[in-house]
Amino acid sequence: MSTMTVRGTVRAADRVSAARRRVSMGETLSQTMTMAWRALKKMVRNPEQFVDVALQPILFTAMFAFIFGGAIAGDVQSYLPLMIPGILAQTVLTTCMATGTQLREDMEKGVFDRFKSLPIARIAPLAGPMVADLLRYTIAATLTFGMGLAIGYRPGGGVLGVLGAILLSVVTGWSLAWVFTWVGTIARSAQAVQGISMMIMFPLTFLSNAFVPVESLPDWLAAFVRVNPVSHLVTAARDLANSTLVTSEVAWTMLACLVVIVIFAPLAVRSYKRHM
Amino acid sequence: MSITELDRAGGGTATGGTEPAVHAEGLVKAFGEHRAVDGIDLDVRAGEIFGVLGPNGAGKTTMLRMLATLLKIDAGRAEIFGVDVAGNPHVIRQLVGVTGQYASVDENLTARENLWLFGRLQGIASPRARRIATELLGQFGLEEAANKPISQFSGGMRRRLDLAASLITRPPLIFLDEPTTGLDPRTRGQMWDTIRGLVADGCTVLLTTQYLDEADQLADRIAVIDHGRKVAEGTPDELKTAVGDSTLQVLLAEPREVPAAVDVVRRLLGSDPVLSPEQGRLNVALDQADLAADVLIALRTAGISITSVNVAKPSLDEVFLALTGHEADGDDEDVKEVTR
Repeated sequence: MSTMTVRGTVRAADRVSAARRRVSMGETLSQTMTMAWRALKKMVRNPEQFVDVALQPILFTAMFAFIFGGAIAGDVQSYLPLMIPGILAQTVLTTCMATGTQLREDMEKGVFDRFKSLPIARIAPLAGPMVADLLRYTIAATLTFGMGLAIGYRPGGGVLGVLGAILLSVVTGWSLAWVFTWVGTIARSAQAVQGISMMIMFPLTFLSNAFVPVESLPDWLAAFVRVNPVSHLVTAARDLANSTLVTSEVAWTMLACLVVIVIFAPLAVRSYKRHM
Repeated sequence: MSITELDRAGGGTATGGTEPAVHAEGLVKAFGEHRAVDGIDLDVRAGEIFGVLGPNGAGKTTMLRMLATLLKIDAGRAEIFGVDVAGNPHVIRQLVGVTGQYASVDENLTARENLWLFGRLQGIASPRARRIATELLGQFGLEEAANKPISQFSGGMRRRLDLAASLITRPPLIFLDEPTTGLDPRTRGQMWDTIRGLVADGCTVLLTTQYLDEADQLADRIAVIDHGRKVAEGTPDELKTAVGDSTLQVLLAEPREVPAAVDVVRRLLGSDPVLSPEQGRLNVALDQADLAADVLIALRTAGISITSVNVAKPSLDEVFLALTGHEADGDDEDVKEVTR
C-alpha cells in the first residue's frame, strides 16, 4: 500500500468538483484511437483472423475468372477488367461483415463491461475496431488487384487509377461496416450476426453489376441493380482502374456512404448504449 | 463543464465531506415479470466498507450494476456523492471504479498493456499511464507476470489485476462484486488486506458477497438482500446477535425424538432450534460456542441419542433462516450454489 500513500489521500469532494460533465470531441478521438490500438494488437495476436481476408480475394478472383469469363465476356482476359472491380467490392463487403461478428464476440466478454463503466465516449468501443479494420480493407483490396495482375489483368488506369479504386473501396467498406456494427449490437449472438449479415451481403453483391452487365438482366432486376450502392462502387472503381476516370459514380458512392453512416452510426451507438 | 453547472443541472450539492457515498431510494430493476431488485434503499457513508450479503440471484449484482450506470434504473433514484446517477452517468463513471466478474480485463493484452489501455482511455498521458501501470503492478505483486498473456494467470492474479484496473484514476468509490468468490483461503486473505488498504487511503468500498465471514471480516455495515429486497441491515455484531455466534448442528439417531429434543433446547436456551429439512437434524443458534456442551448434556440427560454433532459458525443459510424464516433459496439453480 505504500505506493498508494505516495499518491496522496483520495478526497471525494475534490473529485466531484473536478469531474467533467461530458466527453469532448478531442477526447472522443483520442479514445477511439486507443481502442483502435487495442483492436490492432488483437489482430496481430490472432493472425488466423486474416485468413479469410487473404484467401477470399485470391480464391474468388481465380474461380470467377475461369468459371464465368468464357460465358459472360467470351474469354478470361476480356472478363478481368469487368470482374476485378466487382471482386474488389465483394471482398471489401465480406471484410466489413466480419466487423459485426467480431464486435458481437467482443461484447460478450467482461472487458466490454469495463469499457461501459469508464467515463469514455460511448462510440469509442465501436469506432476503434472500425479504424483498425481500415488495415484489413487495404490488405483485401491490394490482394484482389495482386491476384488479378497475376492472372493477366492489365488495368488501363495505371498505378494512380488502381490506387484510387483501392482508396474508394476502403472508404466504402468502412462506411458500410456501420450497418454490420449495428447488426452486431442488436443480434443475440455472434452466429446470429453472421447469419443476418449474410442475408444483407449476398443480395447487395450479387444483385449488382459486379459480375454481369446490367443490360443482361430483366427490367425489374435492373432497376434495383442500378440504385444498389455496390453497383455505384463497382462502376466507379472500373472507371478509375481501367481508365483513370473520376466519374459522377464516385460522387454517388460517397453520397451512399454518407447516408449509411448518418443512419446507422447513431442506430449502432444507441442500441449499444441500451444493450447492457 | 465544471461542477457549478452540474449543481444547476440538478446534480445536488457537491460540497463538503458530509455527503453519503451512496444514497438510494426504492431502487427497482425488472426483467420482464421478474423484479430482480424490488425497492431497495441504501445508504453508504463515505469512508466505510459496506457489505451487501445475499445468495446468488438475490439481486446484489443487478443493484451494483444500476449504481454503476451499467443498467438503467427502472424506478427509484440513486445519488453518489450527491450526484444523481441517472442524470449524470458520465460524472458517476468518473467517481466509481467497478470490479466484478463482469467488468474485467482484455484477454488479448498483457497485464501491463491492460493497465496502460485503461489509463489512456481515461485521458492520462501515455508516459504517466505507463508509470501508473508499473506502480500498480508492483503494488499488487504482478511485476513478474506483467508481460505474460492473461490466459496464463491464476484466479487470484486475475482478480488482483481486475482490481488494479479499477484503481488507475483512484476513484473515491469502489464497487467490488464478490471479490473473493472462488479464491483459495490465502489469496482471499491477501485480497481482504488490499481492500482494507483502499479504505485507509480515503476510498469508500461497496462490496457484495455470499459469505457471512467475509462481510464480518471486512464490512463496517452490512445489508442482507433476498429476492430483490433488503431484509436486514446493521453492523456485523448486530446481525450476529440475531443469528447467534455459532451454531450447533445435531443429528438425532431417532428422527421421531425431534419434538422431545426441541423441548429440551427450548427449556435450556429459551429459544427454538431450527429444524433442517434433513430428517432428525436440528440447528441450534448459540450466543457462545461454550453452550454447546450444555445442550448436549441436557439431551443425554433426557435420553435422546445422537448420531453426529458439529459446531460451526453460522452459515449464510442460517442467517437467512433467522432473518427471513426461510432457506436461502434464490432461483432453483442457485440453491445448489449456496448450500454447496
